[in-house]
Amino acid sequence: MLGKKQKPVEVPGQEKPESELHAVWESLRVNKTAIFGMVIIIILVAVALVTFLADAAGIQILPYDPNETDMTASFVKPCAEHWFGTDELGRDIFSRILDGTKISLFVGFAVVIFSLFFGIILGAVAGYKGGVVDTVIMRIMDIMLSIPGILFAITLMAALGKGLDKAIVAIGIVAIPEYARIVRGSVLSAKESDYTQAARVIGNRDLRIIFKHILPNIISPIIVRATLGISGAILDTAALGFLGLGVQPPVAEWGDMLGRAKGYIFAAPYTLVFPGLAITLVVLAFNLFGDGLSDALDPKSRKR
Amino acid sequence: MGKYIIKRLLMLIPVLLGVSIIVFVITHVFSPDPAPVVLGQHATEESMEAWREANGLNGSVVSQYIDYLGGVFRGDLGNSYYTKQPVAKELSSRFPATIELAVVSVILAAVFGILIGVVSAVKKNSIWDSGGRILSLVGVSIPIFWLGVIMIIVFSGTLHWLPSGGQIDPLLKPKSVTGFNLLDCIITGNTAGLADSLKHMVMPAMALSMYSLAIITRITRTSMLDSMKQDYVRTARAKGISEGKVLTRHVLRTSMNPVVTVIGLQFGSMLGGAVLTERVFAWPGIGSYIVECVQKSDFPVIQGAVLLTATIFVLVNLAVDIIYTFLDPRIKLGKKEG
Repeated sequence: MLGKKQKPVEVPGQEKPESELHAVWESLRVNKTAIFGMVIIIILVAVALVTFLADAAGIQILPYDPNETDMTASFVKPCAEHWFGTDELGRDIFSRILDGTKISLFVGFAVVIFSLFFGIILGAVAGYKGGVVDTVIMRIMDIMLSIPGILFAITLMAALGKGLDKAIVAIGIVAIPEYARIVRGSVLSAKESDYTQAARVIGNRDLRIIFKHILPNIISPIIVRATLGISGAILDTAALGFLGLGVQPPVAEWGDMLGRAKGYIFAAPYTLVFPGLAITLVVLAFNLFGDGLSDALDPKSRKR
Repeated sequence: MGKYIIKRLLMLIPVLLGVSIIVFVITHVFSPDPAPVVLGQHATEESMEAWREANGLNGSVVSQYIDYLGGVFRGDLGNSYYTKQPVAKELSSRFPATIELAVVSVILAAVFGILIGVVSAVKKNSIWDSGGRILSLVGVSIPIFWLGVIMIIVFSGTLHWLPSGGQIDPLLKPKSVTGFNLLDCIITGNTAGLADSLKHMVMPAMALSMYSLAIITRITRTSMLDSMKQDYVRTARAKGISEGKVLTRHVLRTSMNPVVTVIGLQFGSMLGGAVLTERVFAWPGIGSYIVECVQKSDFPVIQGAVLLTATIFVLVNLAVDIIYTFLDPRIKLGKKEG
């Protein structure tokens, strides 16, 4: 009966319900700050894609090679040739910031995918199975949450060593409990709902019920948390970079650039201004968009 | 009440045991062997073996953990691989500075966060509200270490108003009584030292509090707006109570519950954020020290620092739960709901 896709039953005299996606977009569209965030995200993604593709194809699209050092041109103040100036090794900061966009965005998405993957599995199993399994998983999550996030990530970096991939794993592990909690909470309430009961009655297996019937219905809070999670991940990566525990040189990561420039804070303050502005802009964009999405996906607050 | 607190304290034991296991596993199972890092690349195999033996790293992981745990209960957190000093001693000389910074920051964040949030809610959609909302948006988006750096550039580098780093002028340092610099200045009557310490405190505390201030502002505003819609507020207004009294007695008090929870949680993020702030302002707390220890694999110190931080964090949250009951008479401690 529920095997194949069913056609929605058309009730005469009743308007066709507008699609969920459409309603979300209608609500998002009038939210100016969310659109502002979205536009910035689109621009940043475009910058990241273009620099990545140009790099892969060997075309120099940035004004300067972001990693090329030129000791005769170190600490050039912002000017027509070097918009944001140059750093201690004579590298063009503007080019490095554009080049760093792809790293920050990549880390943001990668961390969220990593922690979502484990968070969804752990949260769904805990919520669906209940009992001892639930207690054990959620106690471990509580324990992880009792270590301040950035401190936990730093500790993990001690074990993993330097590198972008390791930073992603460290920050990703730290973020798992948040997602697990959200998913578990939603699964708990979805478990008792009629559609889940129905799926169980007709003999679906647990895994199928979780992935086919429960998860699609609790996707909204997960998407909202994930969008805001991207900004958190970008901030944490920058923090690790700033502490000198992030990327390996000469990768142009914004936090790492700030950490290196910190030694020249009075001699060349401009080297510190722009990487920080870039981080703030990206994080702000994802926060604005995430907030808008959160309002749009919440039917109670949806504006019509 | 007493019973409830004891019960909750006992419940903390498994959590902290869990923290110790997680950190122990990270540093002893997943970490590379610290011997070559500590002794240098040219160390011989025999010397590394002797070093491992001396630092109790030769047994099985389980027996190492049991030894470690036994030590923890006696107040012995092991010795630093480098300074050979007890970790407890290394941390106790630095921890007060971190706690002091975090406490001052949390107070700043709470006072100004609640204030701005209340104004924002009461004058909804005014220019004050817009200002408050922009502040709470930018506050969560700006990296605290960058904010600190910009403050140094402006207030130390350009205006020369405030010192760029450190906790106090070394010449003014008070005799250590409690270990807490500000308290020691007050106890010893060192007014010049106190003034200097406060000057040193301004920028780190502002930088560290910004994120939490933003969160507290936001939650206060939302919570106030929620309460204002409640029936009992309308009733109070209908009774003819003055608007000021309605706000303080009826709206503010009931709005504070989520705010208090958030403040408790923010204290934890401050203990973490302190690592970054301390790095920016050369603050002599555990933050800068931990980063150093991570870079040179000084695992006993990392373990001790994480365990101590987590302990403080869970204790603060327990305290918050207790404060809750004073704020909201509807919550009865120790009784199960339903």
